[in-house]
Amino acid sequence: MTKEYKTINQISGPLIFVEKTEPVGYNELVNITLPDGTTKRGQVLDTSNEIVVVQVFEGTGGLNKECGVRFTGETIKLPVSKDLLGRILSGAGEPLDGGPRIVPEDRIDITGAAINPYARLPPKDFIQTGISTIDGMNTLVRGQKLPIFSGSGLPHNEIALQIARQARVRGSNEPFAVVFAAMGITNEESQYFMRDFERTGALERAVVFLNLADDPAVERLITPRLALTAAEYLAYEHDMHVLVILTDITNYCEALRQMGAAREEVPGRRGYPGYMYTDLASLYERAGVIKGRKGSVTQFSILSMPGDDITHPIPDLSGYITEGQIVISRELHRKGIYPPVNVLPSLSRLMNSGIGATRTREDHKAVSDQLYAAYAEGKDLRGLVAIVGKDALSDRDRKFLEFADMFEDRFVRQGEDENRDIETTLSIGWDLLAELPETQLTRIDNKYIDKYHPAHKAEKKE
Amino acid sequence: MKNKGEIYRISGPVVIISGLNTKMYDVVKVGTEGLMGEVIGIEGDKSTVQVYEETSGLKPGEPVENTGMSLSVELGPGLLESIYDGIQRPLPVLKDSMGDFIKRGVSANGLSREKEWDFVPMVKKGDKVNGGDIIGTVQETQNIEQRILVPPNVSGTISDIKKGKFKVDAVICTLDNGKELMMMQKWPVRKPRPVAKKMTPNTPLITGQRILDGLFPVAKGGTAAIPGPFGSGKTVTQQQLAKWSDTEIVVYIGCGERGNEMADVLHEFPEIKDPKTGRPLMERTVLIANTSNMPVAAREASVYTGITIAEYYRDMGYDVSLMADSTSRWAEAMREISSRLEEMPGEEGYPAYLAARLSEFYERAGKVKALCGKEGSITVIGAVSPPGGDFSEPITQNTLRIVKVFWALDAKLAQRRHFPSINWLNSYSLYTKALGPWYDEHVSPDWVKLRNDSMELLQKESELQEIVQLVGSDALPEDQQLTLEIARMIREYFLQQNAYHEVDTFCPMDKQYKLLKAITSWGDKAQSALEGGAEIAEIMKSSTKDDLAKVKYEVEFDKALGVILKNMDEEFARLRGK
Ligand SMILES: Nc1ncnc2c1ncn2[C@@H]1O[C@H](COP(=O)(O)OP(=O)(O)OP(=O)(O)O)[C@@H](O)[C@H]1O
Ligand SMILES: [Mg+2]
Repeated sequence: MTKEYKTINQISGPLIFVEKTEPVGYNELVNITLPDGTTKRGQVLDTSNEIVVVQVFEGTGGLNKECGVRFTGETIKLPVSKDLLGRILSGAGEPLDGGPRIVPEDRIDITGAAINPYARLPPKDFIQTGISTIDGMNTLVRGQKLPIFSGSGLPHNEIALQIARQARVRGSNEPFAVVFAAMGITNEESQYFMRDFERTGALERAVVFLNLADDPAVERLITPRLALTAAEYLAYEHDMHVLVILTDITNYCEALRQMGAAREEVPGRRGYPGYMYTDLASLYERAGVIKGRKGSVTQFSILSMPGDDITHPIPDLSGYITEGQIVISRELHRKGIYPPVNVLPSLSRLMNSGIGATRTREDHKAVSDQLYAAYAEGKDLRGLVAIVGKDALSDRDRKFLEFADMFEDRFVRQGEDENRDIETTLSIGWDLLAELPETQLTRIDNKYIDKYHPAHKAEKKE
Repeated sequence: MKNKGEIYRISGPVVIISGLNTKMYDVVKVGTEGLMGEVIGIEGDKSTVQVYEETSGLKPGEPVENTGMSLSVELGPGLLESIYDGIQRPLPVLKDSMGDFIKRGVSANGLSREKEWDFVPMVKKGDKVNGGDIIGTVQETQNIEQRILVPPNVSGTISDIKKGKFKVDAVICTLDNGKELMMMQKWPVRKPRPVAKKMTPNTPLITGQRILDGLFPVAKGGTAAIPGPFGSGKTVTQQQLAKWSDTEIVVYIGCGERGNEMADVLHEFPEIKDPKTGRPLMERTVLIANTSNMPVAAREASVYTGITIAEYYRDMGYDVSLMADSTSRWAEAMREISSRLEEMPGEEGYPAYLAARLSEFYERAGKVKALCGKEGSITVIGAVSPPGGDFSEPITQNTLRIVKVFWALDAKLAQRRHFPSINWLNSYSLYTKALGPWYDEHVSPDWVKLRNDSMELLQKESELQEIVQLVGSDALPEDQQLTLEIARMIREYFLQQNAYHEVDTFCPMDKQYKLLKAITSWGDKAQSALEGGAEIAEIMKSSTKDDLAKVKYEVEFDKALGVILKNMDEEFARLRGK
């Protein structure tokens, strides 16, 4: 048993300052016993011979100078085993489902070491999510980190769940798991996720970590790390393809800001810590495919943009780390379109390596580019129509204007349980493009037009 | 004070040690695992150390040892084709010793001590040599010969020189003063390697990227910055430069960026062939990968490691280009460490010495006469990642004060999928004048005029666009409608270039010239047709115009263009005849 200290000399926000200790390790896990016998956990943030600074995960409520502090001599670890699957744990990793404690096969440091870039394989396996705007135009691949940039009140949860239900690598029956980590979401939202997991039987192949809105904010700093540790364990020790859903990154960043303020650090932009980029990278970079290992970690996290502002530090720094983003549009949502994905600011940077003849279909890139260009043009024209009126448009322009509406209505819009395979997505794309004059399809090679354009396909059948 | 001290305090990557005799920038071994660190501050009997590895679990009281050496890199055969972390540890070696994840406490030599290289001497006994002189060569990769240099601060008369296969740390040459030389030498990364003389850059770096070579060229030995918001094309542009630039050596630093991007380079570069030599690009490349989740102190060092390696090849008389993606992450590493030191923060929390560090770094670029007498150069191209894409922030602003070329990425263009998304109105190059004579001689005497006319047209377009926004384009006079059309052709047919298209990814200078010339000559013909009474609507229907859109993708470009030019003459003859 390690020594207990009763030498707290200061409590400030989520921090306690302990003096007169023997040497204590940086980042060590700390157990704190309150006078009433309850315990809390913390982590060493700064250590010297004179003073040790500890952040307390469950918050410092109820703490006083009489509390006992024990330094465990090790960093925070997650007990792991394959039995994690199907379990619901708290944001600190304790069972919430009334089930037994995990009998660990191993205990893994939750900080997670960086993957040696030399050990990585560039991600390239197409994941079919069944959602046209993603599969068709912002393709997700295994090992990618592709967040949803959303806003309050938008249906990002529905989209995340639809993806968790439908995501498949085609032609593969490899073991698949979902790791879900809630950070500061409401109880109601969390119920919504849990019900869906139960309804669809997804829970069996899921590990759930729940830190809810009324749970301590500091705990949010470890929740995603527990989740990613579980994910890496399942991926790299048990060959599973793991989809990690972290929600909501914004709540995580708020907790980070709160910690920074408590430590009286010099704040960076809009009060967020100057190291937020590095900190977020230590989460997002825990995705990928490793040479010689069968499993993979793919991240599809949810981030609500404060004030729908994509230049806010949270989406901004995220965008600088992730491999693209799926942007949810309030405008489309208001129009009643689900899923309201705005393809124009959305991007999957790994799309090019995940599509094409051998992976999806030879015409995929061309169709995607053409849809994008035509929709962008149609949307611009909406702006122009607002000024000069529809009558001032040429025939050609009017076609593009109509195209934009059809695109939103038929390509973007789909059912919450509608699982479109990539052929369906591409063929909807072609049907829409067929409404434009063929000479306007400048981004598509003639050989694909001959082969896939509905008009030509019809000719051939005759 | 002595050579051994102990840890006093740990806060993230910053460790304070007591009782150790240190100098600034000494490398120290921290803790029982001997983690590598560097002294970055001294106060009383305490030294502040930035540690290049994870510090979890480190305890006050653990021992610290001073190596007495400054943070240095190993220079010699075997640099090319390597991939290093920020402190020159080869990533394949780390993978062998610690597995797929980067753990800590492993030191690894920058250069292999096992491999033997065939050393061919170029000097003989009795020759007098000075610092920087070439004493022999090693065929490092099929096309690159490494010239073995006398370390800059060494000179003497050769008393013995060897020939044959040696390891990098074998003595291959002895001087009369007893000094022994190896193929490998070490150099402290924070200290620029000396040169005989700095020269004025006067040759363009040919990048094969039309907007860069055509409108905003950088000179060999020059400096350029490429700022832009996320997803606007910094990395793609830098990688294009690393692939296609006509330098002999490329140093590519992934500084605080994505692991998958580095994996991509590692998988791609051995496959792609250098258009000039036909050899895999990897054979001329040194990669430094200190990704965003690797230790920040090593990220801070990565830029220095890279530029020192670049200087070494420059000193042999090579043209080197160095890409740093992203200098903002480097600056942020400085900021993180500075704030742990509780230094007085400057603008946006960056340390007050930010501007000085940036200019010291870019100052290491340049065209030079090396100590050995040959000419060499380092071209430095730094990516900048401004928060929110706002160029008024400190890194962008301080960088722009130093560099001579500014490639302004534009989120709006990226969103329109106009690639490369370099804004032609905001970007600039201060080298265009100095490079004029080179273009006259090597491209064509009318190239400079062609470029200036095109720029003028694009400028004109943006003025006209403002009117179009208000009244629509049909309200413009016909000649202005034509101006808009020619400008559009320049933008879409010439400036747009798809990095992923197998033909268009690289565009030689000669092709750039012919393409731009063809577009402007269509413009001239259209203009005179219009003046001669042809209908604007007819002109706009020109089929050779559409042909020009796709000609850049042709494998047999010259042939295809020839046909178009011929058809163009006929087409306009018809138009005039009407
Ligand atoms: N020249 C180009 N040709 C084709 N596509 C391009 C080109 N430049 C950029 N792109 C597209 O834009 C995407 C983003 O580019 P890139 O990764 O270079 O952005 P970045 O500026 O480095 O972003 P970050 O700051 O987040 O690293 C690429 O994945 C690619 O799809
Ligand atoms: Mg980039």
